[in-house]
Amino acid sequence: MSDDVSGQFTLKSAAFRAEREASWRELESLLWRLQRHGLAGMGANDLARLPVLYRATLSSLSVARAISLDRNLLEYLETLSARAYLAVYGTRRHLGEAVWDFFRRRFPRTVRNYRWHLALAAVVLLLGTAAGWALTHADSERFYAFVGSAMAQGRGPTSSTESLREVLYDRQGAARMLKTFAMFLFSHNSQVGLWAFAIGAAGAIPAALLLFVNGLGLGAFAALYGSRGLSLDFWGWILPHGVTELTAVALCGTAGLVVGGALIFPGREERLAGLARRGREAGVLVLGAVAMFFVAALIEGLFRQLVHSLPMRYSVAVVSAAVWIAYFLLAGREQQ
Amino acid sequence: MSASAPAIPATRPPIGPQTPERLHEVITPEGVPVRFAVALAGDRVGALILDLLIICAVLLVIWIPLALLAGMSLIGGDLVLAGLLLVTFVVRTFYFSFFELNWQGQTPGKRRLRLRVVDARGGPLSADAILVRNLTREVEVFLPLLAFAGPETVYPGAAVLVRVLAGLWMLAFGFLPLFNRDRLRVGDLLAGTVVVRTPDAILLDDLTTRPEVVSPAEQVAPPVFSPEQLDVYGEYELQVLEQVLRGEGTPGHVSAVLAVAERIRKKIGWEGPATHDKLFLQTFYGALRAHLERRMLLGRRRAHKDQRID
Repeated sequence: MSDDVSGQFTLKSAAFRAEREASWRELESLLWRLQRHGLAGMGANDLARLPVLYRATLSSLSVARAISLDRNLLEYLETLSARAYLAVYGTRRHLGEAVWDFFRRRFPRTVRNYRWHLALAAVVLLLGTAAGWALTHADSERFYAFVGSAMAQGRGPTSSTESLREVLYDRQGAARMLKTFAMFLFSHNSQVGLWAFAIGAAGAIPAALLLFVNGLGLGAFAALYGSRGLSLDFWGWILPHGVTELTAVALCGTAGLVVGGALIFPGREERLAGLARRGREAGVLVLGAVAMFFVAALIEGLFRQLVHSLPMRYSVAVVSAAVWIAYFLLAGREQQ
Repeated sequence: MSASAPAIPATRPPIGPQTPERLHEVITPEGVPVRFAVALAGDRVGALILDLLIICAVLLVIWIPLALLAGMSLIGGDLVLAGLLLVTFVVRTFYFSFFELNWQGQTPGKRRLRLRVVDARGGPLSADAILVRNLTREVEVFLPLLAFAGPETVYPGAAVLVRVLAGLWMLAFGFLPLFNRDRLRVGDLLAGTVVVRTPDAILLDDLTTRPEVVSPAEQVAPPVFSPEQLDVYGEYELQVLEQVLRGEGTPGHVSAVLAVAERIRKKIGWEGPATHDKLFLQTFYGALRAHLERRMLLGRRRAHKDQRID
């Protein structure tokens, strides 16, 4: 430590700063421009400089922590390194590319990974349907307990058989209404799906319950139409879009079960780490399910008004089931 | 400990009162730990409210022309309604994800408040994580709001007790961030993310190379301190002194300099020539920093004045 006549110290940390400061300033302006203009607005030279300057600053930070007690300098380097780190290692994907990859690989692979959870969710949904059917079959008044008024659209045990049949084959009035109704159903279903996923974080039970309740409503409808001898027509009405929609409902329930399972049975992972990993995968399921709800709404809103022949309706149901099964079994198998 | 020796308060917090923040440390792939300050709950709420206001504004901008078109019966009413439902759903559900994907973990609200979403383990922030942390918003924010605004739509026909319990449960969900160190909400837990502050730091001049010290205002030789006098203080006091010296231009700065200079003179038993307060403090800061940094290089750091000198 030199101690000259004027009593002026030359600090190692001050000398260090004088030596490195230019590169910090350069990084700072680079980051500022990056935030302003985005990647596209940066020249090739700047992009090549970024990682170099980032590493230099990171090493400056390490040195400064060891030799400097200038708090402002430490805070500055800390913040600058953090910002540069985020710029260098942040997300780099375009939205379109991410979406394509999602449907091409990520979604079907995740569904395959959780096939047993999905099977369980489907069983719970079917149990709910069976219970709803049996209970409404025994006492038609229970219909109101299982089906909300928005869903029922005025249908119920007191409706005449004719009016019930009309809903299934309506051409004009309801056709226009249905476009709206399909969108309503889409947002409603997606909402329920998101809830099913998110309340999975409270353990798997609420998600299973939600699945069961959804099944109850479907079962109650089936029993109502069954009691008027309209079973065949009813399933012809439900299944073309129902195959897609019910699969999506089951997937949302699956996501809830996955999250709840991660919470209750962490396995070999640390609980939080496991929750984070499986939570992300459950999110993939829900997002795919939302897309499926949208497809279902399109089938419901457009196709069902145009086609009234039962064989056609059933063949659409069969085809859609085949398409989904093929998609989930085959898509994204390569380079796994 | 003998009865006569004064008890040394070893637990004095070595952090200044000006930084009550929680730190989240991330190890970069280069092996250097980078520390982020975890975002304050108030800032998070502020950003959320800002974003919700933007969502409302965007929806209004879309709704009004559509409603006008429908009013003039240029397009069918049912089509408009279907479009509105779809747009509302899409905007509400994907607003946050869209911006966090494109703006590197920031939404307009977060950018305004200098917040950012990062991966809790230091990896790149994946698209999955962003989507997951925002999909759970439905349950954390919208569902409780809906439940309080119209309980009938959420749990129709439920008993009062059930409603109260459900309400409490949803509140616990929403207020989860207040009960953990990293202010994680449910979405953060599921996605493995943390929201941190990324303030704009400004690099100020080094206090030891400032012109006032080099060319003193008064034609007096700057004071010189003995090692014993410098041993009185530690790093915490050094950084408090830095804070005081950097407070130039803020109200109360002059009186603070006066008081601190007086205190230090008394504490170190200063008997040298009377010096201008500011010059005295700046010289003392330089000397103390040099002293402590030399100790630091020798691996003998001293966090604060109450720590024993080894």
